[in-house]
Amino acid sequence: MWIETAHFGLTLAFFLAVLGCVVPLMGASLARRTWMELGAVAALGQAALVLFAFGVLTQAFVTSDFSLRIVAVNSHTLKPMLYKVAGVWGNHEGSLLLWVLILTAFAAAVALLGRALPTTLRARVLGVQSAVTAAFLAFILWTSNPFERLPVPPFDGAGLNPLLQDPGLAFHPPFLYLGYVGLSVTFSFAVAALLEARVDAAWGRWVRPWTLAAWLFLTIGIALGSWWAYYELGWGGFWFWDPVENASFMPWLIAAALLHSSIVVEKRELLKAWTILLAILAFGFSLVGTFIVRSGVLTSVHAFANDPERGVWILIILCAFVGGALVLFAWRASALETRGVFSLVSRESALVANNVLLAVSCFVVFVGTIWPLVAEMIFDRRLSVGPPFFDAAFTPFMVALAVILPVGSAIPWKRATLGKTMRRLVPALVLALAFMGLAWSIQTNNSLLGPIGLALGVWLVAGAATEVFTRAAGRWSRLTRLPLADWGKATAHAGLGITIFAVAALTAWEVEDVRVMQIGERVSFGGIGLELRSVENVQGPNFLSEKATFVVFDGANPRAPIFAEKRFYPVAGMPTTEAAIFNGVMRDIYVVIGDAQAGGGWAVRSFIKPFANWIWAGAIIMALGALLSLLDRRHRVAAGAGRKP
Amino acid sequence: MKFLTFLAAIVLAGASFAVEPSEVLDDPILEERARSISQSLRCLQCRNESIDESNADIAQTLRVLVRDRLLAGDTDTEVVDFVVTRYGEYVLLRPNGRGANLVLWLAGPVLFLVTVLGLWLVAKAAKPRSDGVPLTPQEEAALQELLARGDEKGPERHEV
Repeated sequence: MWIETAHFGLTLAFFLAVLGCVVPLMGASLARRTWMELGAVAALGQAALVLFAFGVLTQAFVTSDFSLRIVAVNSHTLKPMLYKVAGVWGNHEGSLLLWVLILTAFAAAVALLGRALPTTLRARVLGVQSAVTAAFLAFILWTSNPFERLPVPPFDGAGLNPLLQDPGLAFHPPFLYLGYVGLSVTFSFAVAALLEARVDAAWGRWVRPWTLAAWLFLTIGIALGSWWAYYELGWGGFWFWDPVENASFMPWLIAAALLHSSIVVEKRELLKAWTILLAILAFGFSLVGTFIVRSGVLTSVHAFANDPERGVWILIILCAFVGGALVLFAWRASALETRGVFSLVSRESALVANNVLLAVSCFVVFVGTIWPLVAEMIFDRRLSVGPPFFDAAFTPFMVALAVILPVGSAIPWKRATLGKTMRRLVPALVLALAFMGLAWSIQTNNSLLGPIGLALGVWLVAGAATEVFTRAAGRWSRLTRLPLADWGKATAHAGLGITIFAVAALTAWEVEDVRVMQIGERVSFGGIGLELRSVENVQGPNFLSEKATFVVFDGANPRAPIFAEKRFYPVAGMPTTEAAIFNGVMRDIYVVIGDAQAGGGWAVRSFIKPFANWIWAGAIIMALGALLSLLDRRHRVAAGAGRKP
Repeated sequence: MKFLTFLAAIVLAGASFAVEPSEVLDDPILEERARSISQSLRCLQCRNESIDESNADIAQTLRVLVRDRLLAGDTDTEVVDFVVTRYGEYVLLRPNGRGANLVLWLAGPVLFLVTVLGLWLVAKAAKPRSDGVPLTPQEEAALQELLARGDEKGPERHEV
């Protein structure tokens, strides 16, 4: 009964979305106020209806209602409650419904928070947003109905991929979707601006908080996914340049570029057409990402739920919206005239350089991701594009970005002299070079990667600190009075430095050890001791496991025991490995247990992973920086919380 | 339950893990080379995993093959070429730069250079032309002073 009501509610939301698209857009061009006002009502209505449908679906998963097809296929009574709930979006239909729920939630947020926006702009933003919602609701209702019943409900469900039964992954998709879909708001703002044929400083200010929010969520989502891969996939990798990872990374890069170019629009009314283009591309890449994940055209480790036919729908939506927006852009872009000039050495130039580097690196990732497809279809060559390509082709642009970042973020607007800015940064530069030398002399191998990564990290962190201090005119008392946006900027840049350093350090200085260990044997490698205490069979709630107990030794002192497992999930018929991880600030000790050996003992693969946790700490610091900026009064005002004279 | 334990024993025994201790070569330098070659070869059955990371049987076969060739005295390139002639260029995680693959490798650098060149041309065209009358030294000094003052307060002034 509830199920059918929810299905009906979803259909109603579709018609409301069509209405909420057509009427406000027409109202805006015909200057009819009441028609425009309908946009907000329709947005709130859609959000309420989709929320209801999502709630009913969640209830069905929680109560294990196996008369619902997707519950029967994806859930199981034995599954812990957290994963029953996470199962709602652990499948194609449910994840699309979550996507639409977030889409309508953002539209409702614009309707509620955007009261200060000009009436026509707000109506157009909501109209475009409703158009996207209508397209996705049509997709759900016609091809991926989550409320499909089974004529004969099974006695129990078919379970969920055991790899996905993990807290890191349970929350990974919602954050990623908040980021992807958050970019729909900037897209709607861009299309609305094109319809209005007007982009000014105010537009730049309005669009920034939404970009910040989307980028913040994407950062957290990507970090969660990477962290999950690190401890769950069993060999401690944190980034695989997998198509699905790239799908989330491309919008992140473009959104980062957009964040910076919209500052130029806000402060100097320059780069207007470019910023509009970035806003369109950012959401375009979100749709490409959805297409890649949902269609499975590019097979990957992550392809848990995909279906090529449904991919065609997403491709149509993608072409219609991005294509339409680009046509509109080509038609109107010349009308967005630019005022003002700036010299080669200026903040404007630095932000242009930032945008060029981010856009080009995104392009490299894009070409690398689709190349196997292109090569097979056009050149009839079956080939792979893996991590070695991306490491070689992507890294130089990121290094260049990190090198110019502290200079660019400190340089004044319009016209500046490099010498003056550089003089302030001399201490940061000296510190970075000193650390590089130190790392070079301490490290045991001849890798350049570690020292350079460390130097870049120190350069970024010290550069950010220098900038905060300069802004406060060198007085501690002024630090607390700095605008939050300044703190946000410095924090995010420092976070990037930490992540760059950690990635380089982990890649360059990891120590690995593969051997056979007897029960009770203690070995030492890389300065630590490791003892295999026991291996026993254990039964979990929905799995069986061989559980090994290790003890890490620091000299002769035993530290806390750690546990490595090989699990088997009978319902899914699938084995997984659980690594034993001894977390530390400076390094993780990461141990994986293998097979029992014929001559007694167990195969054991152990790693010392220096600064592993710093990778995600850096990402969280970047997200924190975005949050600080978002909380700045100027952005709260811009989001429409109140109107400034 | 007994049946499940039995099943688990079979399946878990089958799930071997990446590099086995028995595969590791005694010579650490040779082993290091084997590892770095393995990281650049794709496991044919897997999705985007190198043979160094993969648990699949084919990956193990390839790992052993790589080590055998190394023991036989092949150079790194010879080993990779040997695997490619057997299994095709699909095994290469780092695609070669031959033929159409040039597009893949050059896409980023070329786009970057074209953008920089384009920006340079635009900047040159947009440069405000002087009307031919040079500033007097006094005017120049006054201008520099104004600009220097503007620099210090630049960003704040434009905030609303």
